[in-house]
Amino acid sequence: MTKLLQTAMDAVAVGSLYALIALGYTMVYGVLKFINFAHSDIFVLGAWSSFAMAAALGWTKAGATPPLLGGFAILLASMAFCAAAGIAIERFAYRPLRGAPRLNVLITAIGVSLLLQNVGQLPFVFGTQPQRMPQLLPDRVLASVAGVDLRLVDLIGAGTAVALMLGLEALVFRTKLGRAMRAVSWDVKTAALMGIPVDRVVAFTFGLGSALAAAAGLLYAMKYPGLNQPAHATWVLLGLKAFVAAVVGGIGNIRGAMLGGLLIGAVELFGAAYFSPHLRDLYVFTLLILVLLYRPAGLLGRAAVEKV
Amino acid sequence: MARGPNHSVSRIVRRASAAILALAATLVLSACGGRTTPGPAPAPDEILVGHYGSMTGSEATFGRSSDEGFLLAVEERNAKGGVKGKKVRVKTYDTQGKTQEAGTAVTRLVTDDKVVALLGEVASSLSIAGGRVAQQYGVPMITPASTNPAVTQVGDMVFRVCFLDSFQGEAVAKFAARSLKAKKVAILYDQGQAYSKGLKDYFGAAFAALGGTVTTEQAYTGGDQDFSAQLTTIRETMPDAVFVPGYYTDAGNVAIQARRLGLTAPLLGGDGWDSAKLAEIGGAAIEGSYFSNHYSHEDPRPEVQAFLAAYRAKHHGTPDAMVALAYDAARLLFDAMDRAPSLSGKDLAAAIAATKDFAGVTGKITIDADRNANKSAVIVQMKGGVPTFVESIPPAE
Repeated sequence: MTKLLQTAMDAVAVGSLYALIALGYTMVYGVLKFINFAHSDIFVLGAWSSFAMAAALGWTKAGATPPLLGGFAILLASMAFCAAAGIAIERFAYRPLRGAPRLNVLITAIGVSLLLQNVGQLPFVFGTQPQRMPQLLPDRVLASVAGVDLRLVDLIGAGTAVALMLGLEALVFRTKLGRAMRAVSWDVKTAALMGIPVDRVVAFTFGLGSALAAAAGLLYAMKYPGLNQPAHATWVLLGLKAFVAAVVGGIGNIRGAMLGGLLIGAVELFGAAYFSPHLRDLYVFTLLILVLLYRPAGLLGRAAVEKV
Repeated sequence: MARGPNHSVSRIVRRASAAILALAATLVLSACGGRTTPGPAPAPDEILVGHYGSMTGSEATFGRSSDEGFLLAVEERNAKGGVKGKKVRVKTYDTQGKTQEAGTAVTRLVTDDKVVALLGEVASSLSIAGGRVAQQYGVPMITPASTNPAVTQVGDMVFRVCFLDSFQGEAVAKFAARSLKAKKVAILYDQGQAYSKGLKDYFGAAFAALGGTVTTEQAYTGGDQDFSAQLTTIRETMPDAVFVPGYYTDAGNVAIQARRLGLTAPLLGGDGWDSAKLAEIGGAAIEGSYFSNHYSHEDPRPEVQAFLAAYRAKHHGTPDAMVALAYDAARLLFDAMDRAPSLSGKDLAAAIAATKDFAGVTGKITIDADRNANKSAVIVQMKGGVPTFVESIPPAE
């Protein structure tokens, strides 16, 4: 019982972070029909830039206690910074290739990803060693049920993730800008003919996705404070799992990304806890293969006839 | 931005961005080029020794500490006139802590730089990969700190100056059973590292022989951040201690999550924990945990105190065991060079193999028939972020 409850709690905490990253993949795919492989590096940038800000403010020193709202200030700052980075990447790396074959854009995305990883390793950027993220969000045990501690930091993490997803949902389905995004994802040319500023909508989509990834980065670093160095293979694997979440949920579908994230988190953690921790990545990718075999459009995706 | 009138502006922006990207790419390439000590390639009046180690990555303090130890020994030796009338120079290549990089680095050192001997790695999996290349080219290699038995089984060119995991696992097991009075121990090991897997097996066998029970063996992969599934399973078995035979970054992360899950049993580790980063990453969570190591800076022996004085004349702080082992490895190599009739691979290997009762910082070193050293281990406890001496465990004869 204890194990079941503990695993379920961890699955929700990890799954909601996968969902936040998956949203960026899915939104970009929705409007531009290409997979932004640099997205997982924005997530890393989110984690490391919040560490760099905390370090600049002297909060990484032993015994330093960041003010109560410091964590949220850094969350907003790192979201803004990563949104700017996402918009810049779109402007300089992807927009010049707007009319080019999709493969060219895909290869460019891999190039941007490698660039971000390696620049992050430079000694005057983030360096090549792991670092300890300071505790920016308040943490204490809120309640204890059947030997399982409900911790404030986990609650804030999952709460922030859910709040951001609800905000995104409202933005996409209830605002004019959201309608423009949906129109562009439906048909870029027609949307442009109807007077929708396509470039601006695309830039906004990148910024939004990157901000969510940055939030995921900081929340991840709160849950797992030993930050791996920026080019560590683990980060790439995390990004891949989030991408799998987007595909499983139905790439291009926002609710699908949320569902996919939670599902991937559950499959990974329950698999590791109840079968064998040796194969935790295997469970995730097996799920991907099954979904691709039986529901190629994803759980919530609609199979669309390719327009010629 | 509309297309037509701003065409030239967007072209300029595009060119500028291309230039920025090219600049960034150059920076990246130059950063990837490995760390080399400046100076001309093999000169006739110097002896070139190669070091391959993890200067960056999750095990970066291993490579950096080894480099400090080697350079300390080299500077000392050069001040006394060098070896066979020639100055010694160390050339260092970064392995990034990746197994596949170790072979590449050794190949470069042997074929491009023509080194006469090799020093490195700390991680056993990397020493095995590098040792295979050294063996193939017939260049003697001394690993300062790789403890997995398979390392020196690669061939007659590969030596070590540290104890083996068969002994280290037993030492930790003895400490757990006798001093901690632990009956049940759970294990969490790195399935991707030969070191971790070997140490887990030796500990398990020795602990069972002492009457203890290993409640569960859980695995992770180096760099993993989430250990909640494994630690939840471990907590269910209510162990008296948890043995984590991994490297320091992962050990720190495990400690944080174990404490968050309410797992209060002390953690035990091996020499892979020895790094200032352990306390930095683990913080309060690692306090009170124990690990086995090669030496303690609190040891009053004159060799240790002289080494500390020499180190502190150049660096701040206290050297970890990786510095001490590297210092011993380099000095043992110079001692063998003095005795060898020539510096050919064969002569040098024979001289290293004949080393007897060499007075090292980490203990007396005698190279046995299997090219290993038989030494005692110390158990230290993390107190206030510093590994503090608890007890010494002598080698079994």
